[in-house]
Amino acid sequence: MLTFLLLSLVKVIVVTVVLLLAVAYTVLLERKLVARIQNRWGPSRVGPFGLLQPLVDGAKSFLKEDIIPAGVYKPLYILSPIIALSCALLSIAVVPFGPERQFRGVDLFQITDLNVGLLVILGVTSVGIYGIALSGWSSNDKYSLLGSLRASAQIVSYELALGLSLVGVVLRAGSLSLRDIVNSQSAHGLFSWNVFGGFQFFAFFIYLMAAFAETNRSPFDLPEAESELVGGYHTEYSSMKFAMFFMSEYANMITVSCVATLLFLGGWTSPFGNLLPSLGGSILASFVPFCWFVLKVLFFLCLYVWVRGTLPRFRYDQLMAFGWKFLVPLAIANIIGTSLWLALRTS
Amino acid sequence: MQLVLFFIFGGLCAAAALNLLLTRHPINSALSLIVVMTSLAVLYLTLGAEFLAAAQVIVYSGAIMVLFTFVIMLLNAGEEVRTRGSRAAYLVGVPGVAALFSLLTFVFLSQGNHLGKSTLANPATLYDLSAVLFRDLLLPFEVTSVLILIAILGAVALARKEH
Amino acid sequence: MNQVPDILRILPEVILTLAGVAVMMIEAVLHQNTSRRPLGWLAVGSVAAAFWASMAQFQMAPGTGFHGVVQTDSFSAFFHVLICGIVLVCCLIALDCMPERGENMGEFFALVLFGAVGMVLMSSAVELLLVFIALEISSISTYILAGFRKHSVKGPESSLKYFLLGSFATAFFLYGVALVFGATGTTNIREIAATLATTPMPAFPVIALAMMLIGIGFKVSAAPFQVWTPDVYEGAPSPVVALMSTAPKAAAFAVLLRLTYAVFPLLHVQWSSLLWLMAALSMTVGNLAALRQQNVKRMLAYSSIAHAGYLLVAFSAPSSEGIAAASFYAVAYAAMNVGIFAVVSHVGGYDDHLNSISDYRGVAYRSPLMGAVLAFFLISLIGIPFTGGFFGKFYVFAAALHAGAIWLAIIGLLNSGIAAYYYLRLLTTVYTRHAEDSAEPNIAPLSIPIVLALLLTVGSTLVLGIMPGRVLYAARWAASSVVPPTAAPTEIVVAPLQPAR
Repeated sequence: MLTFLLLSLVKVIVVTVVLLLAVAYTVLLERKLVARIQNRWGPSRVGPFGLLQPLVDGAKSFLKEDIIPAGVYKPLYILSPIIALSCALLSIAVVPFGPERQFRGVDLFQITDLNVGLLVILGVTSVGIYGIALSGWSSNDKYSLLGSLRASAQIVSYELALGLSLVGVVLRAGSLSLRDIVNSQSAHGLFSWNVFGGFQFFAFFIYLMAAFAETNRSPFDLPEAESELVGGYHTEYSSMKFAMFFMSEYANMITVSCVATLLFLGGWTSPFGNLLPSLGGSILASFVPFCWFVLKVLFFLCLYVWVRGTLPRFRYDQLMAFGWKFLVPLAIANIIGTSLWLALRTS
Repeated sequence: MQLVLFFIFGGLCAAAALNLLLTRHPINSALSLIVVMTSLAVLYLTLGAEFLAAAQVIVYSGAIMVLFTFVIMLLNAGEEVRTRGSRAAYLVGVPGVAALFSLLTFVFLSQGNHLGKSTLANPATLYDLSAVLFRDLLLPFEVTSVLILIAILGAVALARKEH
Repeated sequence: MNQVPDILRILPEVILTLAGVAVMMIEAVLHQNTSRRPLGWLAVGSVAAAFWASMAQFQMAPGTGFHGVVQTDSFSAFFHVLICGIVLVCCLIALDCMPERGENMGEFFALVLFGAVGMVLMSSAVELLLVFIALEISSISTYILAGFRKHSVKGPESSLKYFLLGSFATAFFLYGVALVFGATGTTNIREIAATLATTPMPAFPVIALAMMLIGIGFKVSAAPFQVWTPDVYEGAPSPVVALMSTAPKAAAFAVLLRLTYAVFPLLHVQWSSLLWLMAALSMTVGNLAALRQQNVKRMLAYSSIAHAGYLLVAFSAPSSEGIAAASFYAVAYAAMNVGIFAVVSHVGGYDDHLNSISDYRGVAYRSPLMGAVLAFFLISLIGIPFTGGFFGKFYVFAAALHAGAIWLAIIGLLNSGIAAYYYLRLLTTVYTRHAEDSAEPNIAPLSIPIVLALLLTVGSTLVLGIMPGRVLYAARWAASSVVPPTAAPTEIVVAPLQPAR
């Protein structure tokens, strides 16, 4: 019992630290890639290839003066970055990073396996909105309020499309557990991934769009459109509180990429199915799937950056119309199509 | 373990509900309500109703309460002004609530072992859940759409500006 | 075993829903200045179709559908027919008095149709979840309809009061449902009854029943849950009052009858004493308060409280006689109350320009037909023979006397005496010649819908008063499907039957 608790604790700490590091280096990745897209070098001075830049940035955030403007509603002003960051970090708890591997009763590649894991992620994301909504309101500033209204309206709207796009996947797997969903795509490599073999291409497309909007990323980054709103909901935040919002945004990106990998790209399964010879050694055998998983997540992160570097921003009414009038009907059509296909196949 | 969780989150739930009533700023009330909803979700979770817990968080804490806070934010509602309340409410309401509460407590404590039970399959899979929702209770499920339709229709009819 | 397709068991509901959706959709594409009257006629036609479908349910083999969620039997068919009839007449009244173009006419009819879905479903639902959802549908549609005159001062007040208090009452009902579920582990009415019959009687069902009685007591505006009634009726448009003073109440009574007689027969002592109290209170409070009213709609609101009380008297009978009497009374009350509100809405208009009793002075001379019809319905409400009101009261009090509730019957009779006073006061005002110098009351000319509505209501009130046999027969048959008669079975034959209408 004690070892179980200790091991679990270690696991939680490791995952959190790795996630935070990943957040830091995603920022670097973004700066580097965007710089390359714009034909610049990006951060290159701190450490080799600028690799130490995130650490320096973190130190800077810590050391900066923490300004709390007059007129803010203090309890919520302080609470909201905490809500945002904790919700962003929380949802990683149900994400499995690799196939089930027990060590003294502790699952190595997942913090906890709930059989409604997918819903937990959706739920935690939906609670995360409060961080944004309250920050804008409590800042007592029109730009913050407008930014937070935009952000929360956008997230609530796109959450619908996001949730509906997942139904097709759930129908195919017959379970809400993320592990079961991955296992349902493991039979023939690439061809049984949901995005190809499961005919969930539209769902994948909807998910990607909605996920970009959920994380307030370009081209849906109107909540922080600097040309109109200064900095959006975190205009009034400085120092570590600002960093918390910043980190939560990138943590959300990582979670969303993990979920996309698990749901549509077969999670940790290899694209070549059983064609590759399985490597000997139990440590290696569990490490290789983990690498596949990381590679796929990296792919999504690069996609994020690529899109940010190339696409212009939507107009707000276009964004709403796109969500409600295009994505939602498409998602419903996808559900109907998938159910019909499954029903016909089984009968 | 379950008992400890129950006391923590049950207490949290009750405290938040009290705060909801006593606090004077509407946004604090709304936030208390979110805490109530979320702790209820945890209670469902400890009872093994995972789907219900997740649905509770997504629907109530995530969707409905966001709209609440939205309305409060957009109206920029300030602190409430305390009114004395009607005397009838104090004379009848408070004893009534107290009587109801003590009656229910008494009954729950004394008759707790006479309760019926109803279980979904254990552990409940998505299939069991769907069988109840979409087969046994299909008609109530569908009729709910009429309910929602009527609410939308009414909201439109009442809120629309006349031309 | 179950040969009747499920869809036929909810055919009236399906018709009403489809019609509601159709009305809503057509309303959306119609040009702003087009008359919405055809939508009203569409609603009338579809309600008539639902009425016919409900009639057909009398012939259907009794049974449940959709995994035991709805049950069609003669009881549900009886209330289906009644509610469809009420809604039909109310649509006609609305067609008569509502402005042709203004104020969301299309939505009005859609809401009425959807509300009717909830009401009819309440009478056939045997699953408490479905009962609750249906109750909410019927309630929410009436909350909204009550506030339809949103530019008047009283309209929003009426809607808001009704909504707040109604939601509170629904919460009580829901809590009762939850307690029943806790006590028995099921929400299906049959299973609950079966479970309760075999288990020793703990306190849970009693409390649950009390909670549900509070919720339903509010919906039928029985004292002490009646305070909302006058304000809401005063602010709501008259056609809506005609609807909500009868159809949701009939539906709620159907639920109450099923709950008390079919689910908790073993608790008869408890609930009949509670309902005894409610009946006595409602009759007395309603009639005494009505004496003091100057506003016609407020007076009729208190009168409807009193009539809910009369109906509750029937619950003192332990057997199916009580159900039959209550069902019959529901029909009689509906016929005359919808009728009198047809007159009120025609005379008073959509904007209630004639609302106080003194405004009704000389109405009979201005429009003899309206005066005569109003007099007829007032006489029926008093309960004078050859009207539906008489036989309604007769059967109810007879049921109470057979059950030995003599005091309740005496209270009821005394109350009928009191009630006669204020009904007759209105009657004499109507027939008092108007003073020469003041302006004549302005009454709209007759239209086809109002003539139809009056024909239907006067006709049914008369039929109920002169030859109540067929309706009574149907009511008894309905009662037998809730509680099988224990004594020697009377002439209950499953045969095609057409209640008089």
